[in-house]
Amino acid sequence: MQLIIKNGHILDPGNIDGTGDIIVDDGVISAVKRNAAPGAQAEKKSDVRVIDATGWVVVPGLIDMHVHLRDPGQEYKESIETGLRAAVAGGFTAVCCMPNTCPVNDNRQITEYIIHTAEKCHLARVYPVGTISRGLAGKELSDYGELKAAGAIAVSDDGMPVADSQLMRRALEYAGGVGLKVISHCEDPYLSDGAMNEGAMATRMGLAGIPNAAESIIVMRELALAELTGIPVHIAHVSTRQSVHAIRDAKQRGVPATAETAPHYFTLTEQAVGEYDTRAKMNPPLRSEKDRAAVRRGLSDGVLDVIATDHAPHSILEKEVEFDRAANGIIGLETALSLGLRLVTEKVLSLEGLIEKMAKNPARILGLTREITPGAPANLTLIDPDALYTYDAEKGFSKSSNSPFHGWEMKGRAAMTVVDGCVVYEQN
Amino acid sequence: MAWNRKDILDIDSLSVSEITSILDTADGLKEISQRSIKKVPTLRGKTVILFFYEPSTRTRVSFDIAAKRLSADSISISAATSSVVKGETLIDTARNLESMNPDVIVMRHSSSGAPYLLSRHITTPIINAGDGAHAHPTQALLDMMTVREYKKDLTGLEIAIVGDIAHSRVARSDIAGFTKMGARVRISGPPTMIPAGIESLGADVVHDFDEAVTEADVIMMLRIQKERQQQYLFPSEREYAGRYGLNMQRLAKAKPDALIMHPGPLNRGVEISPAVADHVNSVILTQVTNGVALRMALLYLVAGGMRNAVDY
Ligand SMILES: [Zn+2]
Repeated sequence: MQLIIKNGHILDPGNIDGTGDIIVDDGVISAVKRNAAPGAQAEKKSDVRVIDATGWVVVPGLIDMHVHLRDPGQEYKESIETGLRAAVAGGFTAVCCMPNTCPVNDNRQITEYIIHTAEKCHLARVYPVGTISRGLAGKELSDYGELKAAGAIAVSDDGMPVADSQLMRRALEYAGGVGLKVISHCEDPYLSDGAMNEGAMATRMGLAGIPNAAESIIVMRELALAELTGIPVHIAHVSTRQSVHAIRDAKQRGVPATAETAPHYFTLTEQAVGEYDTRAKMNPPLRSEKDRAAVRRGLSDGVLDVIATDHAPHSILEKEVEFDRAANGIIGLETALSLGLRLVTEKVLSLEGLIEKMAKNPARILGLTREITPGAPANLTLIDPDALYTYDAEKGFSKSSNSPFHGWEMKGRAAMTVVDGCVVYEQN
Repeated sequence: MAWNRKDILDIDSLSVSEITSILDTADGLKEISQRSIKKVPTLRGKTVILFFYEPSTRTRVSFDIAAKRLSADSISISAATSSVVKGETLIDTARNLESMNPDVIVMRHSSSGAPYLLSRHITTPIINAGDGAHAHPTQALLDMMTVREYKKDLTGLEIAIVGDIAHSRVARSDIAGFTKMGARVRISGPPTMIPAGIESLGADVVHDFDEAVTEADVIMMLRIQKERQQQYLFPSEREYAGRYGLNMQRLAKAKPDALIMHPGPLNRGVEISPAVADHVNSVILTQVTNGVALRMALLYLVAGGMRNAVDY
């Protein structure tokens, strides 16, 4: 099977930036031809598909290193298949799924179930994340060696903050030895008992507030532990300016750390909560304009390495309820690229910079390959940067529709997603 | 003026003229409760559901009496007796209630914003009888009614509200109401109980209690809840009473005719000393009396009863 992607704007940051053709044979990039003369043909094969990518940008396949697929256990919110359909529709060729499923992914069986189920879907690749602590209980380490052998790529107690600093220290050390990445959901549970960002708006609405310090205090702890152990830590979903400052400072001192933020933190503020709109309820909460600005600055100056969605599907059972009882989280796989492209329009990031945050850096952090070069696996996202559309959360591929971006006018989206040489999604 | 507001969810959404209209109506209805036959036919044939998701005796009884004095049929539903305990969602419960064609739903809920959720899903008028720490508009209106009764005009009055502002829906609605009507509101209490950004509601924060009550026209003391001690909000009731309790020495700093108010129930000896609670300037029981008239006024306006209820 041969795939020829013709006349696209090929953009692989640090490697290639120009018009040309990509030829894929049996899932692997076999040739990249810059400024191919019109009419010039690759050697003709019978089993060949030619894609006209004129006007599109062809980039290394996007990776979302923070999603919740809810499977096993909460398939009424999302299944591995629907989550991956949403992923490829959003241009993602791979996702890392967080372990807070039912049962939690702290063992070989669940990890293997996720990988096997995903393989049968023939959509995006899934790299499961195991738990830091057995049962997400925060008491003892999970079996990292077993998780790694089963195919897990990282560990995280996402959603259940690790309160015990000694546990986090040992997790870094032990996971470092096994070769698993540690991803920290930074939240001090003693400070975070609230429903939205702490401040005038929460006060007016009579909702308990979550201060910025609930996040940054643990960000600073993780940075100190990374410094102590020399093992890199990855900070999940940064939402506050204090966290950005702390990570910037630590990186300047050479502390081994990377960090991600989510599209909602660089796009929205707490104002989106409006009149108790649970679609804008998440953890960490949407913050103030100052925080949003600091997150955007952190993206542009490289303090924040990655844009990840924290795709968190919930049904109306969890969302059409009292605000303080509503579940945290929003879906994000199908809006992330469009929201990222807004950063390009707003000159926060260059297009190159965006591809670094959504493909190159996640690949580097996770030890994966995302290169547009002969011999590399053909994981590619074809972006139509001019596509105009209105986002309708109800019509998405995800089983859930809990998005504050419902009804937004968007510009730019994935036109086609290629995983290991197979076209797994085409926008029509 | 013609009344065309469906719900009473908070004070913020009410205009000055609407508030004045409510208070005037309540003033007129107050007399009914002093008759020997305390009942007028104004809301005959109307149904009022008292939907109380959070335990409450005083507010529920006040609404119940208000409805009955206007001849409405009132039904109480509490969380313990409703389908809530069977796992039904708030919206499903509300839709079920609406299917019985009530004319007004009076709602109390422990979650801030719950009445907004309800009003998005049902068309029956809703009166918010208190939601979480967010709003208690009927309490603020009866407080304004009471102050207006004694001071004639709210403009320019100095109102001190003291206590656990962070957890108080009464404080939020009082700040909104009194400032909207031209009074100045100072709030005081332990810094642990003063929520972030409260100034944005229009109140001045005066941490020193003695300073806060100085030259005040009204002192509103809030109930302190013992459970807050476990949340590190104050060390002990004894220390609280010493630093933030209203006693006779502190009262002396206020204007001689300062009104002493409290939304109840009182913790005598904690936030208010017995002597102050029973002081000649205490209007705490007048608040309760006015509460019935004020709630009659709201039921009358919202349920669209017969015209000129005041003539009955
Ligand atoms: Zn998380």
